[in-house]
Amino acid sequence: MQKMHVKLTVNGREVEALAEPRTLLIHFLREQLSLTGAHIGCDTSHCGACTIDLNGKSVKSCTVFVAQANGAKVTTIEGMAAADGTLHPLQEAFREHHGLQCGFCTPGMITRAWRLLQENPNPTEAEIRMGISGNLCRCTGYQNIVKAIRAAAERLQSTKEAAE
Amino acid sequence: MSANPESAEARKQKLEGLGTKRKRVEDARFTQGKGHYVDDMKLPGMLFGDFVRSAYGHARIKAIRKDKALALPGVKAVLTAEELKPLKLHYMPTLAGDVQAVLADGKVLFQGQEIAFVIAEDRYIAADAVELIEVEYEELPALVDPTKAMAADAPVLREDLQGKTSGAHGPRKHHNHIFTWEVGDAAGTAKAFKDAPVTVKEMITYQRVHPCPIETCGCVASMDKINGQLTVWGTFQAPHAVRTVASLISGIPEHKIRIISPDIGGGFGNKVGVYPGYICSIVASIVTGVPVKWIEDRSENLLATAFARDYHMTGEIAATKEGRITGLRCHVLADHGAFDACADPTKYPAGFFNICTGSYDIPVAHLTVDGVYTNKAPGGVAYRCSFRVTEASYMIERMIDILARKLNLDPAEVRKRNFIRKEQFPYQSALGWEYDSGDYHTALEKALKTVNYTGLREEQRKNREAFARGETRKLMGIGVSFFTEIVGAGPIKNCDILGLGMFDSCEIRVHPTGSAIARLGTISQGQGHATTFAQIIASEIGIPAANITVEEGDTDTAPYGLGTYGSRSTPVAGAATAMAGRKIRAKAQMIAAYLLEVHDDDLEWDIDRFRVKGAPERFKTMAELAFSAYNKVPPGMEPGLEAVSYYDPPNMTYPFGAYICVADIDVDTGVTEIRRFYALDDCGTRINPMIIEGQVHGGLTEALAIAMGQEMHYDELGNLKNSTLMDYFLPTAVETPVWETDFTVTPSPHHPIGAKGVGESPNVGGVSAFSNAVNDAFAHLGLTHTQMPHDHWRVWKTAERLKLTA
Repeated sequence: MQKMHVKLTVNGREVEALAEPRTLLIHFLREQLSLTGAHIGCDTSHCGACTIDLNGKSVKSCTVFVAQANGAKVTTIEGMAAADGTLHPLQEAFREHHGLQCGFCTPGMITRAWRLLQENPNPTEAEIRMGISGNLCRCTGYQNIVKAIRAAAERLQSTKEAAE
Repeated sequence: MSANPESAEARKQKLEGLGTKRKRVEDARFTQGKGHYVDDMKLPGMLFGDFVRSAYGHARIKAIRKDKALALPGVKAVLTAEELKPLKLHYMPTLAGDVQAVLADGKVLFQGQEIAFVIAEDRYIAADAVELIEVEYEELPALVDPTKAMAADAPVLREDLQGKTSGAHGPRKHHNHIFTWEVGDAAGTAKAFKDAPVTVKEMITYQRVHPCPIETCGCVASMDKINGQLTVWGTFQAPHAVRTVASLISGIPEHKIRIISPDIGGGFGNKVGVYPGYICSIVASIVTGVPVKWIEDRSENLLATAFARDYHMTGEIAATKEGRITGLRCHVLADHGAFDACADPTKYPAGFFNICTGSYDIPVAHLTVDGVYTNKAPGGVAYRCSFRVTEASYMIERMIDILARKLNLDPAEVRKRNFIRKEQFPYQSALGWEYDSGDYHTALEKALKTVNYTGLREEQRKNREAFARGETRKLMGIGVSFFTEIVGAGPIKNCDILGLGMFDSCEIRVHPTGSAIARLGTISQGQGHATTFAQIIASEIGIPAANITVEEGDTDTAPYGLGTYGSRSTPVAGAATAMAGRKIRAKAQMIAAYLLEVHDDDLEWDIDRFRVKGAPERFKTMAELAFSAYNKVPPGMEPGLEAVSYYDPPNMTYPFGAYICVADIDVDTGVTEIRRFYALDDCGTRINPMIIEGQVHGGLTEALAIAMGQEMHYDELGNLKNSTLMDYFLPTAVETPVWETDFTVTPSPHHPIGAKGVGESPNVGGVSAFSNAVNDAFAHLGLTHTQMPHDHWRVWKTAERLKLTA
């Protein structure tokens, strides 16, 4: 199949590659760029394991062609930590509050929560639950995930207030 | 030697041993997207495999045309039963003593069955090729109901077994029959029922469900033809067993096979089995000489790899008018699908279903289970429970409620009247188990008090009156459930799989500078073994958990073990870990005695050191002893500080718990809101309370899924109607309630550290608590039992049947 030229920014880095137009973004990220953090869990946009951030929106990358992402700005779990390796407060909070077990849904979950806290920096528990309802987890029962996101929100808020 | 300024408490804290809420060491990689799951693997020249699967539930294959697929650029080969036959690999042995078609041999027996395996350069080409393969079918009548499958004139499903009047578990009484398993005293039970003033009987179905971990099953097989070495990375809950089975099937010597389980994205029983995808990938790698990857998609996972339950149970209780149970009888029709691929210890074709006397002192019982073939996928795994324990627990916990209703007694009271009392342990059950320890009354009393059970019943009384007056359209249900699990399979005397005794193992090597590596025969799928097993070792040998690496899943390095399922890791491998630690400590004690110039017996263990009795200022720390082990050991002693333990448990462990669920049901919509869920677990000694709590949250959420929505729904033609996550229910954070957890501690008397295992208890106890709550909501209106799952539609149908709907 004829390949097309794609160019996108992934985790702040410009990426150019040839890909079949039908290549799914998740396969492009995982197989061509070796960014294996986002996972494939269902192929039907239900589980959210493949969640990435595309032009400021949480997107399930198993249902987007790389062709559609041409020219886009993509952030994945690999782009969460600061350049110096400092973990994002969400990453720390997930560990601190036991918000993960097998780890398979975790990259999608954190990437979604990262966008959620930009959309709503101070969400209630109910808003968090609704905000991550596109991401399924079979291990944790969500309770500690919700706790972790709430804790990260508070930390981000207090850091912001301290800066102001 | 100077006196140590550090307090005992400070030294103990530094170890992060038993009982510590230690943060998980696994999380650093998982939170940064650096986990290593099988689909993350990329090997040079790697090809992809994909299956052509049956569109029908039951059909004869007239022809398979693969020319168009083979002509597609990038397609390397297409395997069918024809190619596998000369290798004698078209059938493989199952864990239950049956055989299963690797690729369909002339006939398909369930929708989604593997027919052909395409090998291509990438997954897209493989998927294209699958579309190009034409299979010509002659449709046959499908059997999806196990009762109909046993009709005299039912079609023969397994033609390969025709004429075989006995199977791995004894005589077969019908061409679609697999086995009959009988336990207990038939005559004694019949007498108990004859003499009983009160009897109850109910047909209770535990519907077919699927474990559905977010990561599906898959593998990468790589045959190195030069060295004759086969390496397979995959989603294996039991890597060593896979190695032995792979060797037996393929004829490749076992030392030339290396099985590696990398990070596993949840298992819940789904990844115990050996699947055609593994066999085909291995064959494909042998044929092509390059690595071959096979990863199933979600629909394939739901269609073809191990389901759970599908037990059709008829329960009967004989009792006195006071609600004292005098006998239990149960018959199960077990739908095993097209091949008997249950993952149970060999001697237990219905798993440990004979734990169905539950937490109650029942003098006599009789159980029969008939396994049956149907046109559904094979499996029958323990989905977050020990072998068939959740089925057994569901049956008895529903039956107790039904008995309570008949006698107009409170369900909690009937439980208390029948509990095995604390002083009766070790307790011999009527169906053959020896319960190790328990204190059921204390646990239930604590639960009832915490939720203010009396207050809840009073509130329910008022709710019912208000409902009768038409002031509310909601009914309140209270579900009480008390379970006893049986986990930690198991003693070799009664537990083996394919002749492999179900012991487990741990090897510990202490390095000179006082750190260590431990390797186990188990494999974590999210349970946090790397964190908790280090805690056991830390407490045993006094080395901080942070200085102990735990490694699992590589059969070349780990000692032989039977893997992780049935909550067996803590009871069996956890015991092996403690025992290996004790061997190390014993050797360290001899070295300490030598260095301190005292007799072994003059030393005592103190957190992280041996000290001289009566002279605590004279001691050697474990770190010092580790170094000495490499340069200054007593004459005649071998240097080094290592130990391995293979632990054959003397008994199973019996975790238990009391769960209470409060639900509010809208009779006009069937929407059931879980207002409150309280779970008290007693798993014996608690290794890491944070992880235990997490396991309970997760298990309860899976119980919620099963009780309130999961069902693999087949139509009459054998089509699975819900093979995607659009239709198969996995709860989101919105449907999932907040869980309240609590505990009591009754250690196991035979486990080295008293631990019992916990991961599966919440599923075992949870399902009945939800179901009892829904049934309880309607009980005063004449409902005896309504089948799971209690999704909105079914609950609404129940309300409609009771003429409650608007």
